[in-house]
Amino acid sequence: MCLAIPALVVELLEGDACRVELGGIRKEVSLALVDGVAVGDYVIVHVGYALTRLDPDEAAETLALLAAAGELAPADDCAATPSQAKQP
Amino acid sequence: MSATGMKYIDEFRDPQLAAGLARAIAHEAQPRRDYAFMEFCGGHTHAISRYGLADLLPANLRMIHGPGCPVCVLPIGRIDMAIGLALARPEVIVCTYGDCLRVPASAGLSLHKAKAQGADVRMVYSASDALALAQREPGREVVFFAIGFETTTPPTAVLIRQAQALQLDNFSVICNHVLTPPAIDALLSSAAHGAGDAPRLDGIVGPAHVSTVIGSAPYEFVAERHRTPVVIAGFEPLDVMQAILMLVRQVNEGRCAVENEFTRAVSRDGNRKAQALMAAVFEPREAFEWRGLGRLPRSALRIRAAYARWDAEAKFGLEDRPVADHKACECAAILRGAKRPTDCALFATACTPQTPLGACMVSSEGACAAHFTYGRFRDSVAQAPDGTSTAATA
Repeated sequence: MCLAIPALVVELLEGDACRVELGGIRKEVSLALVDGVAVGDYVIVHVGYALTRLDPDEAAETLALLAAAGELAPADDCAATPSQAKQP
Repeated sequence: MSATGMKYIDEFRDPQLAAGLARAIAHEAQPRRDYAFMEFCGGHTHAISRYGLADLLPANLRMIHGPGCPVCVLPIGRIDMAIGLALARPEVIVCTYGDCLRVPASAGLSLHKAKAQGADVRMVYSASDALALAQREPGREVVFFAIGFETTTPPTAVLIRQAQALQLDNFSVICNHVLTPPAIDALLSSAAHGAGDAPRLDGIVGPAHVSTVIGSAPYEFVAERHRTPVVIAGFEPLDVMQAILMLVRQVNEGRCAVENEFTRAVSRDGNRKAQALMAAVFEPREAFEWRGLGRLPRSALRIRAAYARWDAEAKFGLEDRPVADHKACECAAILRGAKRPTDCALFATACTPQTPLGACMVSSEGACAAHFTYGRFRDSVAQAPDGTSTAATA
């Protein structure tokens, strides 16, 4: 129900709306809930409404953080298979 | 790599990075203690089941599914209200999101089955489709059955304001919007008092898209008053894994804070414009019935008197009558985190996504539907001939 998807704004439209592109599909969404959206922004779309802009710098930082967390962990604690992970 | 060709989705589903996070969690989780975390949202439940994340977690770390699935917590009486209206008044068209159509109601009905009996019930993708329908059909009464947490509420507010601006009198809304923080408060209060079957919770994976709207500040009481860590997380599998790692660290360090993993979309203040719209159109109900959690004070919204013309409950004099769930259905205990889907005698026997008896089997983010679709195969692996049980988490 709360699922929402990041989509690229490709065109601003009349009446507080824009066209977004999502995996090759273009769709019109409302901008009634977000101010200052520009072409090239990513917005998070839910039931036809943009809820917020996505911050690309924060996205990159989060990815770097979770990559670093994995690199720091020693490989011998590996929980690669279900049986290893769940063995009592 | 599950390449959907979509930026900001594919990167957060990378299996190599997931394996790295699994190693980090296994390394940092202390073997002499156990960890019980609740993912509040159905979106997280779905990700955990779909991507098999439970298999990547150590045996002493358990994820408990929460009540954050609007279709699941909506009591039968509210669906009965919409069905009753649609069957009694042929001029009415009831519109709602797809998830609501198959939720079991009284007398073996659902909105979908009511349609087969002649009620005019239609599915909408966007809230604005309902308004457009009212404009196209001036001779009919279009009633939008609005459901959802704070993510879905602002679009409904926009719609009611548009209906006012257009002076559109053949459009109205049955408002079932519910609020996240009071539900978290209720869960943790029961856990603290050892009430009934409430599970112990060491931390909460907080909502993704609800938080884009309300921000992270409304969860601060969880850390302060309930002494329970919260990590707000996106709905992709890496977001969930990273949030679990952050919760493990808080527990290990004895900290209780609200942390934000989903910084690419969530700020402390949230979306002020959306909040202002919600506050203008809605006000808290004194109390609202939640399936599983009971009647919770100030946990849902109603339409303000200034917009009564667009409030279907006022317009058609609709009444809310409480109805008991199916006797054998364990949805209520599952929504409280007290039971798992497989604890229910109806699970995957009488109750399946094709013929749901309980609401948790309807929506893809319901705990039962998620486990039916993705998790049952793990259960059968777990019942291996050598008798070893491997799948611990439902």
